[in-house]
Amino acid sequence: MTQLLLFNVTNGLIIGAFYVLMALGLSLILNLSGIINFAHGGFLALGGYIAYTLTTSVVPHLGIPKSEGFWVALAVAPLLTAALGIVIERFLIRRLYGRDPLYSLLLTFGLAFIFQDVTRFTWGAQGLPVSVPTYLAQPLSLDFFFLTGYRVFMVGTVAVAVALLFVLLRYTRVGIRIRAGTLDLDTVAALGVNVRRLRTINFAAGIYLAGLSGVLAGGQLGLDPTMGDGLLMPSFIAIIVGGVGSLTGTLLGGLLIGVASGVTSVFFPSASEAVIYIMMAAVLLVRPRGLLGEEGLLS
Amino acid sequence: MTALSLVGNDRLSRRPWSLAIIWLVLLAAPYWMPFVGGYTALGTRVLVLGLAAMSLNFLLGFTGVLSFGHAAYFGLGAYGTGLTLKLLAPSTPLSLLLGTLLGGIAGALLGGLIVRRRGVYFAMVTIAFGQVFYYIAFRWNTLTGGDDGLRGFQRQPLHFGLFNWDIAGNADAFYYFVLLVFALATGLMALLLRSPFGRTLLAIRENERRARFLGIPIELHIWCAFVISCFFISLAGGLDALLNNFANPHELHYSQSGDLVIMAVMGGMRTFWGPLLGATLFVVLQDYVSSLTPNWMSFIGLLFVVVVLAFPRGLLGYLQRRRDA
Repeated sequence: MTQLLLFNVTNGLIIGAFYVLMALGLSLILNLSGIINFAHGGFLALGGYIAYTLTTSVVPHLGIPKSEGFWVALAVAPLLTAALGIVIERFLIRRLYGRDPLYSLLLTFGLAFIFQDVTRFTWGAQGLPVSVPTYLAQPLSLDFFFLTGYRVFMVGTVAVAVALLFVLLRYTRVGIRIRAGTLDLDTVAALGVNVRRLRTINFAAGIYLAGLSGVLAGGQLGLDPTMGDGLLMPSFIAIIVGGVGSLTGTLLGGLLIGVASGVTSVFFPSASEAVIYIMMAAVLLVRPRGLLGEEGLLS
Repeated sequence: MTALSLVGNDRLSRRPWSLAIIWLVLLAAPYWMPFVGGYTALGTRVLVLGLAAMSLNFLLGFTGVLSFGHAAYFGLGAYGTGLTLKLLAPSTPLSLLLGTLLGGIAGALLGGLIVRRRGVYFAMVTIAFGQVFYYIAFRWNTLTGGDDGLRGFQRQPLHFGLFNWDIAGNADAFYYFVLLVFALATGLMALLLRSPFGRTLLAIRENERRARFLGIPIELHIWCAFVISCFFISLAGGLDALLNNFANPHELHYSQSGDLVIMAVMGGMRTFWGPLLGATLFVVLQDYVSSLTPNWMSFIGLLFVVVVLAFPRGLLGYLQRRRDA
């Protein structure tokens, strides 16, 4: 029983880590640009598929051993995904800043359709694996068979990425401008900051996180064109539970709902999806702005 | 834009002859549709989704509040209607009534949690709550049939003492039944929008802060608009279940809410009849494109992008603007 519980708590933490990466990206974009990126799940899937193509078709030609191709993919695929994000931000999303949020919602919604269809068309509807180095795929100990090196590595990578994001936002000039822009974009613009470029950088950062989670998820669960959709809703809920406008809140919300659904799946498996919605309803009832949300922001 | 069209009293509904044309086209649909390659069930589907999009637009276009989870209430209406026919009583009017009540009451309960939010946040919360019902329909196999959908019910003919109205067997008769319900529902919606209550909703849409300073209880009004809209859309959902003799869990998914929103926007969300036009275009295009190519999802996605970037006012809004210019 203890082992089963541990197994599911670990699972919950791992899933929570994905929710966190995904939700932080969404939250970055939402806070600065006021846009809900429905295509975020599409970017995630695309990141995973780019990693697949890199490991199977590109890396073998470069003289790198195939088992190590995963590292190349992990480094390059999120960057390529972010580059695509920049293109889409510049040509499509940028036109909708400051307009009724309805339009950006519909646009990214349509993009999500296109992404899903294009990935299905390019790589096929069947699931594909992303191969990870064998030394990562082994369990760390026999008693805890579910604790493979890859899972520890995944959680570690997410932790590093999140820590790096917070450090960048806190101490670098761009990061400080992004945080200031979240609070009052007009003043930031009046102080001479190029807000357009700031938004592009911020969007790219969010998409980078989506691409990174795509590569990591591909190594654990394999790829399929709809893989991002299942993560999108929990990420929304992580943002709502944590409080819109607060990245720390999003982090907390993602971990909370991940563990909650992990634990619920031990005792009441069919409710493991419902429990996160119940948590959201409870938070909205007791504290409508979310756990760490700021009063009045986007409400 | 003239002052009158600003308050939503668009030209189309003020000109008796254009109203007459709309109703004539709808009344004669079973007779002219076969000549342009349509069939009666397609016409019925247009009416059902048109009613759904108009119900959503009551909130979106006339109150200025963006709900992205309305498919859930559409689906609740469908499941309520189907379950009534299957488990309670073989009566079409009763099932439609109970289905409408189910969706409307669910909307009334959740609306209380939702109405304090605005803008994007409102959209996010409505999507998330909508997904709750999607998961219930998808997971509760014993009651709802899960992924396979709800089957095993049939719409029943209507009995009026001396004569029967065979809406079960005759597709044209069912079309006219749906048209009758559609006419009653849209008539009621138009009356509501012309009432002082409807005017207040427009005031909230145009300037919420000013309306608040005038002492209007904003949250109460938005809640009422939300609930009314949920009632109408679950009525449409009930009609959909009767049309197909089937209820599908994927009709509750948030992607269906997106389809409904794009119908309203594509037709013109600041006009009363726009969403019906949008639904017509959407249903016909989807029917046509999905028969041509398996990549119809890209096509629908492109449609979203084009409408947002090129026709944000929708077709009717675009036409009106050209005429004003």
